[in-house]
Amino acid sequence: MIPAKKNIANWNNYPVVPANEFSFDYSEELPFLLEPAKSMIARGNGRCYGDASLSENVISTLKYHHILFFDKENGIIECESGILFKDLIDFLIPGGWFLPVTPGTKFITLGGAVASDVHGKNHHKEGSFSEHILELKLMTADQEIFTVSKHQNTDLFFATVGGMGLSGLILSVKFRLKKIKTAYISQKQIRTKNLDEVIELFEEYKNFTYTMAWIDCLQQGHKQGRSVMFAGEHTKIEELTVSQQKRPLQIHSRKSLSVPFNLPAFVLNQSSVKLFNSMYYGMHRTKQNAIIDYDSFFFPLDSILHWNKMYGKSGFIQYQFVLPISDGSEGLKKILNKISEKGWGSFLAVLKLFGKQKSLISFPMEGLTLALDFPIRKGIFEFLNELDVIVIDHGGRIYLSKDARMNRETYLKTYQNAEEFQRIIKKYNPGTQFESYLSKRLGLLD
Amino acid sequence: MTEAIIHKQINVLILGATSDMAKALAELLARKGYQLFLASRNIKRLEAFAADLTIRREIKPELIEFDATDFASHQDFYKGLSHRPDWVISFFGYLGDQNLAQQDWAESHKIIDSNYSGMVSILNIVAEDMEKRKQGTIVGVSSVAGDRGRQSNYIYGSAKAALTTYLGGLRNRLYKSGVHVMTVKPGFAATKMTYGLDLPKAITANPHQIAKGIVKGIDKKRNTIYILFVWRFIMLIIKNIPEAIFKKLKL
Repeated sequence: MIPAKKNIANWNNYPVVPANEFSFDYSEELPFLLEPAKSMIARGNGRCYGDASLSENVISTLKYHHILFFDKENGIIECESGILFKDLIDFLIPGGWFLPVTPGTKFITLGGAVASDVHGKNHHKEGSFSEHILELKLMTADQEIFTVSKHQNTDLFFATVGGMGLSGLILSVKFRLKKIKTAYISQKQIRTKNLDEVIELFEEYKNFTYTMAWIDCLQQGHKQGRSVMFAGEHTKIEELTVSQQKRPLQIHSRKSLSVPFNLPAFVLNQSSVKLFNSMYYGMHRTKQNAIIDYDSFFFPLDSILHWNKMYGKSGFIQYQFVLPISDGSEGLKKILNKISEKGWGSFLAVLKLFGKQKSLISFPMEGLTLALDFPIRKGIFEFLNELDVIVIDHGGRIYLSKDARMNRETYLKTYQNAEEFQRIIKKYNPGTQFESYLSKRLGLLD
Repeated sequence: MTEAIIHKQINVLILGATSDMAKALAELLARKGYQLFLASRNIKRLEAFAADLTIRREIKPELIEFDATDFASHQDFYKGLSHRPDWVISFFGYLGDQNLAQQDWAESHKIIDSNYSGMVSILNIVAEDMEKRKQGTIVGVSSVAGDRGRQSNYIYGSAKAALTTYLGGLRNRLYKSGVHVMTVKPGFAATKMTYGLDLPKAITANPHQIAKGIVKGIDKKRNTIYILFVWRFIMLIIKNIPEAIFKKLKL
């Protein structure tokens, strides 16, 4: 097969690298693909923020996207790894099923979800995606197909979930779905004055299935960390209006807008972000009960196609870290201080609560996680290195799927199982055939 | 849609069903509730696709082994179908390697058999049956490459030219029996066959556009369709360049 030569970047448009892109429809084609090229990595829909799925050779899974098995009584599904969450949701909702865990975009592939071990607004209650996997099939570097789960080939299973595609190519995934009665979410919206208040709220609302907060990271002093917190539950039929009750599982297709071109860098400056944040805060007053469709609740940004272009041609970094629950708000406050001092606020800052997590290499740990966007500009990398120090000091870590710039030292200090992960990967991928710019940068396999 | 769909199940036989265009068409027809017979040399490659159609579209396609160049098997293949097809849509073909084919008869032979002889062999059988039943639709996927011989792919092109002529004759013969024959010339298509080639986006159709174009063409009883209108125009120009000039061009 002739690969397509192209320059590729993931969602944050940084880094941009030249690559040979291979594609496949049937798993029998894979050995043939694995043979000639040396270093390669699987790539889904390119929605990670960095270089986790970038390599000299990438294997696109997008054409490997079939549903192989569906038990509609018990809510069990098996799909090939290239299927998009969007297509899964469109299929599942009319039958009263939903994904057990979904991140803030539905434009990711199932394989990507596993390789990142994605989390959603329900992590504190229902864990990360890997919690719900019954088994998955994986082709390793020696072209052997392994079926792995929490009970079978467990070392390979835990090195695959959150393992950034380094253990092999994920072929198919069988997992449990969540039963839903309606396609709606009953949402509470609570405005808080500062960070301490929002942290208390997470505690108060921890029995809600879904919680998250948008946080204004440009405020200082007693207003620091003022937020709007959202808590949601799947809506019961009786809560719907009479007309909604007729078709409780109807899929809503929202109108989508698009950012047609890269905005010039000056559009997003301190004043515009500050203005946006104040407007957003002002518009979201505390509201006890609202019933909204699932799409607006889970995927608010998906309705603005190409929103990544807002950050201009040079791209951006999404900095997502977690700090352990024992740390309280101390580390978070230090980081927010740094950001507001610098004035480099991000208008999409999202705070979430993680519950306990069994992890070899998965990102989540019990604690608070904050995700911030920073456009790439002079000094940004030095600045983020300073934030890394705080994350290290407070026992946290950075999400590999969102990382494009962390150094090896930070990785080794924050991922406690780095050595064990490397040992397992070396066992199944001894010739480092699966390799990405992320794995090289962080020395994941050295 | 026509009334027939409401009253009667439409059976569609797709030959060369592993191609991207064929799969896009099967997907589109499954959404409309048509019964599908997917034929291919390697039906194992269609199993996941068929499972998906069964789960997502609630249509269980039948998968049948079919080797386009095993001419002797075609009669039994067609007789063995569980239903007489209302539509037969044939996608199989082989681009091959022009340079290799110039020197190696085996490659030339394979190109000719896959694109032309195989089509004649199976469509002769289909035509006999549809002519007797006085109903049916035959669609053959040919190529703009058959519209004029060019140095870069004239072996493939000449096989497609022969196919285009064959389909034209078949259309003429079957018209009086009420059987419709449509020739499809997709132009550049973004498929597995052309993966990795740097095709100009504006004149390259994707498999879904091609599938839609085919269904629309069948509905409107078109004779020859180019999927993107621009190709009709491009080929008009190419066909009208005088040979004295054309032979000097690098195409």
